[in-house]
Amino acid sequence: MAVLVFLAVAIAASIPLAYGFRMALMRAAPHHMAAPARDMPLTAAFGLLVILLYVIVAAFAPVLAPFPERAVVGVQFQPWDGTHLLGTDRLGRDMLSRLIYGARNTVGIAFATTALAFIVGSLLGIWAALRGGWLDQVLSRFVDALMAIPSLIFALLLLTIFGTSVTNLILVIAAVDATRVYRIARSVAQGVVVMDYIEAARLRGEGNWYLIRHEILPNALAPLVAEFGLRFCFVFLTISSLSFLGLGIQPPMADWGSMVRDNATLITFGNVTPLLPAGAIALLTVAVNFVVDWQLYRASGLKEQG
Amino acid sequence: MNAVLVMIAQRLALGVLTLFVVSVVIFGATELLPGDLASALLGQTATPETLAALRTQLGLNDPAPVRYWAWLTGVMQGDFGTSLATRRPIADMLSARLGNTIFLALYAAAIAVPLSLILGVLAALWRNSLFDRVANAGALSAISFPEFFVAYILIFLLAQSGFFPSMVRISPAMGLGDKLYVTFLPALTLTLVVTAHMMRMTRAAIINLLASPYIEMARLKGVSPLRIVLRHALPNALAPIINVIAINLAYLITGVVVVEVVFVYPGLGQLMVDSVAKRDIAVVQAIALIFASAYVLLNLTADVLSTLTNPRLMRRK
Amino acid sequence: MMGDVLLTIRDLKIEGRAGEDWLPIINGVDLTLHKGEVLGLIGESGAGKSTLGLAAMGFARDGCRISGGEINFDGIDLRKASERRKRALRGQRIAYVAQSAAASFNPAHKLIDQYCEVPVLAGIKRSKAEAEAIELYRKMQLPEPGDIGFRYPHQVSGGQLQRAMTAMAMACHPDLIIFDEPTTALDVTTQIEVLAAIRDIVREYNTAAIYITHDLAVVAQMADRIKILLRGDEIEEADTRAMLAAPRADYTKSLWAVRSFARPEQPPASGTPVVSIRNVTAGYGKIDILHDVSFDIHAGRTVAVVGESGSGKSTVARVMTGLLPPRRGEIVFGGQTLPPDYRARSRDQLRQCQMIYQMADTALNPKLRLREIIGRPAQMYLGLKGAKLRARVRELLDLIEMEPDSFIDRLPGELSGGQKQRIGIARALAAEPELIICDEVTSALDQIVQEGILKLLDRLQSDLGLAYMFITHDLATVRAIADDVVVMQKGRIVEQGPKAQLFAPPHEPYTELLLSSVPEMDPDWLTRRLRGRRGAG
Repeated sequence: MAVLVFLAVAIAASIPLAYGFRMALMRAAPHHMAAPARDMPLTAAFGLLVILLYVIVAAFAPVLAPFPERAVVGVQFQPWDGTHLLGTDRLGRDMLSRLIYGARNTVGIAFATTALAFIVGSLLGIWAALRGGWLDQVLSRFVDALMAIPSLIFALLLLTIFGTSVTNLILVIAAVDATRVYRIARSVAQGVVVMDYIEAARLRGEGNWYLIRHEILPNALAPLVAEFGLRFCFVFLTISSLSFLGLGIQPPMADWGSMVRDNATLITFGNVTPLLPAGAIALLTVAVNFVVDWQLYRASGLKEQG
Repeated sequence: MNAVLVMIAQRLALGVLTLFVVSVVIFGATELLPGDLASALLGQTATPETLAALRTQLGLNDPAPVRYWAWLTGVMQGDFGTSLATRRPIADMLSARLGNTIFLALYAAAIAVPLSLILGVLAALWRNSLFDRVANAGALSAISFPEFFVAYILIFLLAQSGFFPSMVRISPAMGLGDKLYVTFLPALTLTLVVTAHMMRMTRAAIINLLASPYIEMARLKGVSPLRIVLRHALPNALAPIINVIAINLAYLITGVVVVEVVFVYPGLGQLMVDSVAKRDIAVVQAIALIFASAYVLLNLTADVLSTLTNPRLMRRK
Repeated sequence: MMGDVLLTIRDLKIEGRAGEDWLPIINGVDLTLHKGEVLGLIGESGAGKSTLGLAAMGFARDGCRISGGEINFDGIDLRKASERRKRALRGQRIAYVAQSAAASFNPAHKLIDQYCEVPVLAGIKRSKAEAEAIELYRKMQLPEPGDIGFRYPHQVSGGQLQRAMTAMAMACHPDLIIFDEPTTALDVTTQIEVLAAIRDIVREYNTAAIYITHDLAVVAQMADRIKILLRGDEIEEADTRAMLAAPRADYTKSLWAVRSFARPEQPPASGTPVVSIRNVTAGYGKIDILHDVSFDIHAGRTVAVVGESGSGKSTVARVMTGLLPPRRGEIVFGGQTLPPDYRARSRDQLRQCQMIYQMADTALNPKLRLREIIGRPAQMYLGLKGAKLRARVRELLDLIEMEPDSFIDRLPGELSGGQKQRIGIARALAAEPELIICDEVTSALDQIVQEGILKLLDRLQSDLGLAYMFITHDLATVRAIADDVVVMQKGRIVEQGPKAQLFAPPHEPYTELLLSSVPEMDPDWLTRRLRGRRGAG
């Protein structure tokens, strides 16, 4: 019951927050950006606000955190009090501080992984769509074969082989995810490549690099940005799940997935503290999804009018 | 009809080929090891003699294709080799757990598939209504939650107060009712996550379909809304819906790993996670092959079924 | 001869959703239709003619709403009637024939099952409905009327589907049928058969109809009265013959005048041609699309390549530009044989031959500004930079009659369809080519806009001495702009020669069929043609 009340209060509180944030955006936005800001649904405003908060927390973690990330500052499983606002963990480290540092580590690693997967996957995908022929066939069949294995299973297999370290984690997840990005980027680029303006540019004698930079990328960017949001959510959840399984980000680095795992026993005693890092993961993913949903809706709406 | 048979035969052949490629990838992944399996297992402290002994024992001195062939023929006969960590035959470790995992996945699917289809169709029919908005926001949130978050919330709400057990202990002797009761929480967790995905996809597929000109034509012929859905939309919606179901049953495979760990459920997923931690590559390979095969077969089934429901393919010019 | 009033619409207002706002689509239109009468609704794209037609059934598409006025069908107020009541009318007393029959038949059911749906709901026995369907299929001149109903939509051709859909609309002998551009997607030779079938059946059953189209010549054959719409307003309404003889409103006069433009007769071609297509055979995979095609294009002249869909006329352009290397034959440009693949051609060879596309929307990169779109060929081929390039872009905009200051920094999305097509022309001109290939450049445009584009192309040709190859299915365009004509059918040239010679008899049989199928503004044209054909056949 208490959870439902808490949820209701949280939703009720976030509505005026989102509303106020949208007002502020409309004021601050330059002229040509004002219209999208005004038409933004509250969910998207809420999402943007949350993302902004996470970025601030991640950037200023050392300033905001009351205690160091890895220091043992109390006895284990201390309850919430004045010094340790959210209590301490299994080893007696400050829960709040680790939660704050977690924003930096978990989100940062997920972001780096997504970015890597995106650069590799989308460049290859666009290239394959543009060149067509055997290159496209070889790359696409290879990706099809890799995609026939569920991504978490494939990641687990690769982590067994290479061992679990942060670098391996980033490389493995990026490699697995790049196959998905390749698929999407290729299909988006194929939609652009069939356009007459690409044919016109080819007949003009333009090279591949010009075609990618001036003709394809500007038109593929909007769907790819939305896709970046979705892939980020997916990577973020995968990394959190791996960390939760003890196979991702390793101690003593503060990370939300492993914090849930380490302190899970508290839940059976009716203590919600271990749910907080899980909630932090969920909140960011919800926020990103809200913004992506709005972008996708905007893209489809604009298409209908044109 | 012949054209369809040829097409289905092609799909099946492609499915077998995919399975073969998947097995090569899973086996070949070990070849990516910086040293080899033996040095990875023994670490840097190993003496050359022990390394050589282990290599002979694992058959690492043979060339890769020979080892692959031996592995594949073994797997075909149900022999997955021996675990590197426990030295037990892998097949023995898997047999009971495979049944448990299938039970859990089917349990979740049995709730999730009808539930999400009904919710998705209703959201599409009443789109932009309050129901649609709430269902959509709810589904979007559920998709955003990591499985373990959903699992622990359910434990917090339903297990902590003693309604359901938070750890699943099942034995072969248990009756079906007891089994359904003790596995209720893991099944519910999977259901919630999968339903959200499936509902959104069903809704999108139906809305897409309702926008087609032949649906407008049916409305202009004065056909009632119920008849439009049942007679005009549904026959054309089968293929997309079959695909949605397949994608999400495949998704259960991934979801089951985390959920099994949370609830200490004796299934394949938990064994896989343990084996990854111990770097027991032989067991991980075996389980990865099982999961990947299930995934490939699901997609293949969906492919064949949606071909069979497409009148354009079934009846050529 | 006129029956009682069947349908009255008074001061009808319809709005469409644009984001959070509602914008007017129909602003207060009146309409009266008598029993057995055919009313033609004419208008260009965005006139609201389909919206008005659907409103006559009490129906508004998703995202549209009827916001004011009255719709009264045979004593029933359709704005106040319940959904159940309207459903009982639709299909049984008011029927609808859609533009694309291929998309509007449900792919999952046989034609006759879709025919029988409404009669069976109306309480007619299935066996009786099937017998009537076959009778109607026969009257609509469908081949094998006894069997065709038992096929699925994808097994039947477009022209046949359109007739099957008309038959379906006739199923319950409705009082009113709405025809929404039923022949727009069809080739001319198919169109004439469908028009004849529709007109005969409507007359036989004395059904009232609203016939929606953008084609004046078509509506002249079909309608007793014509109503002209422009952006949701009525311009004028009159009996067909009166309207054709003496249009009153300026807009109507301008619509009528469109068909009068014709390029003056040119002296016969002489000297070496700019480009020669010599014995070209080409195709994809194992199938040949073009068979031994040869013709010349001379400087300052326009060659129109005419044909219906599947004639291979666009493939000729793909071979000339080098997108599809031919199996046999060659393209000779200015005395020089071009490499078959465009990738092997030199920059100067690419420059000489430019292309303008049918769909200006997809031919211009929506993310580039006009200065980049027009400037790029000048920069690339002629090496212009900085101030010189800017001056050239402004000059080109002047040339296509678009004010440089207000357009140079715009994106294609901010232009109208006709303006986009002009930018396509400017981009081709920027390369300073000798030949421009125009691939159906006017067929996606409204008639008045088409006229402007054709006049512009004609002026540019006189000023710059360009050679044009004009690919089109529209004989009116050929009459307006061509010097020489090449008629194609199934990948072969049927006939070629100067325009005057080609349009004068005697004709090759296919050219004859093509010419005689193009509707004329004369309301008796269809009757005359059918009499001629049936007499001959």
